[in-house]
Amino acid sequence: MPDKITNDKLAINVQGVTKQFGTLKALDTVDLKARQSKVTGLLGPNGAGKSTLIKIMTTLLSPDDGRVMVDGVDVLADPSEARKRIGLAGQYAAVDDFLTGRETLYMVGRLYGMDSPQAKKRSQELLERLDLVDAADRQTKTYSGGMRRRLDLGASLVATPHVLFLDEPTTGLDPRTRLQLWDIIRDLVKQGVTILLTTQYLEEADALCDYIYVVDHGKMIVEGTAESLKSSLGQDVIELRVSDAQLARAKEVIEQRLKTEVEVDDLTQRLRVRTTSGTDDLLAVAAELKKAKLTAEELSVHRPSLDDVFLAVTGHSAKETK
Amino acid sequence: MSGVSNTLQIVNRNVKRNFRIPQLLIFSSIQPVVFLLLFNFVFGGAVGPESGGNYINFLLPGILAQTALFGAIQTGVGLAEDLNKGVVDRLRSLPIARYAVLAGRTIADSVRNVVVIAIMLAVGYLLGFRFQEGILYFLLAIGVIVLFAYAFSWVSATVGLLLRDSETVQVAGFLWVFPLVFASSVFVPVATMPSWLQVFANHQPVTEAVNAVRYLMQGMGSGDAVWHTLVWIAVLLTVFIPIAVWRYRKIQ
Ligand SMILES: Nc1ncnc2c1ncn2[C@@H]1O[C@H](COP(=O)(O)OP(=O)(O)OP(=O)(O)O)[C@@H](O)[C@H]1O
Ligand SMILES: [Mg+2]
Repeated sequence: MPDKITNDKLAINVQGVTKQFGTLKALDTVDLKARQSKVTGLLGPNGAGKSTLIKIMTTLLSPDDGRVMVDGVDVLADPSEARKRIGLAGQYAAVDDFLTGRETLYMVGRLYGMDSPQAKKRSQELLERLDLVDAADRQTKTYSGGMRRRLDLGASLVATPHVLFLDEPTTGLDPRTRLQLWDIIRDLVKQGVTILLTTQYLEEADALCDYIYVVDHGKMIVEGTAESLKSSLGQDVIELRVSDAQLARAKEVIEQRLKTEVEVDDLTQRLRVRTTSGTDDLLAVAAELKKAKLTAEELSVHRPSLDDVFLAVTGHSAKETK
Repeated sequence: MSGVSNTLQIVNRNVKRNFRIPQLLIFSSIQPVVFLLLFNFVFGGAVGPESGGNYINFLLPGILAQTALFGAIQTGVGLAEDLNKGVVDRLRSLPIARYAVLAGRTIADSVRNVVVIAIMLAVGYLLGFRFQEGILYFLLAIGVIVLFAYAFSWVSATVGLLLRDSETVQVAGFLWVFPLVFASSVFVPVATMPSWLQVFANHQPVTEAVNAVRYLMQGMGSGDAVWHTLVWIAVLLTVFIPIAVWRYRKIQ
């Protein structure tokens, strides 16, 4: 695997962590390293063990075995010290319905030991930064899902953490709100915060993460940059539909041009080509079809999905995993 | 010091919770008033004579103890809710004193109790309740009942941390609270019960607390009930604070 992480400048170093719930091995000798001021992604389907690992790294859960260092602190030996350096936004935005946004941030500030003016000032800063000023003095039960997420993220930022843990920060958000959160995350990284986030979406890991770990059934399956994962795990797929009459000819033309096999899906009458450079080849296919006077009724390129990645490395589909 | 400040923040949060969620406010204030009215007018005629002729003076101290116990159930229910909603996880990820979350909730529930007790006393006054032993003993009685409720809040917190599902905690609450409330001197004199039940009813904390309040407010019975109640409160706190804190530390 290319660009393996070396030990210098590690913000997180997890070694051999194991956690068992009854007979279920939620984590099985897991290793994970995260570089300072980078975004590290933990990618996996439901029940993979992502939240369990986050909880262990943030002192909420103790592992049966293993070592966890965060920001130079041994989390298991000195959890109180670790808590001063981390921020956590859990999987379910844990904001109190009956408090206003401002009260929520103020309370967290005071709990971190700020005095009242400090906590007020910091709350105002975060409300501005997270675009919550207009809603600041409304109880959060009136907030949308995206606003709750942002507030929850705000609460984890109150004490300017060195390492920030985000458990599925964008699950359930609409695309616009998701992009907004991505921007906030990128902004934080620029300021030097180390971020570890979990996600079920490959495209999110792709867009945000400098390095990705794929976890399934409590085991780390594979790790690498988004680029290396995509090229090693899955390929782009070009899909097109032509009329029955043109099917055989289209297949022939594309195979000649791309020098690769074209699959025909008998059921849907679609042609499918696997490729490592989806966009370039898509254009090539389009040009070739035009030259041969063939008409594609549909033509598209798909990036490999998390499901494709899983199928490739585990031999089972992510969606079947429960 | 920072532990105290942490606790005050959590108290503040929970007081807002207790007073801003309409269902909680209604449950904790209207329900005891309804009980007070119902029992006064339904049982008043039947039990009146045995209670010395003035049933409301006999009943109100009992209803105060009952309110304390029913209110205590909410400590455990609220804690279970916070556990399930991830609020407790958020708080546990902060560098705060470990006892702050529990202390903050039990103290906030005491604040609510003081308000509810004030409402009950006002309604009781309209129904004819008068304290007989002077303002000092009256305030002492209020102090005893608030402390008593506080001790049971810790029992309830322990139940909440053990069962962890708010609905289960609610149902379980009635299971442990009902026998304590009804097999006591809250509504009827213990002497009217079968003798085997009297053994339990005479010595359990609710009877002691009710008798203590009756002594302090009405001069009924013996003053021994007051220190018996204080001993019960001390015992409950000594046993249940460590258990609750231990369970809290074990949350996974
Ligand atoms: N407290 C617990 N007790 C028992 N089993 C648990 C507990 N917490 C998690 N598990 C189990 O451990 C496994 C991993 O759970 P975890 O929550 O870490 O998964 P996840 O990757 O975060 O999934 P999701 O994407 O659904 O959030 C699951 O099978 C889950 O049922
Ligand atoms: Mg999870």
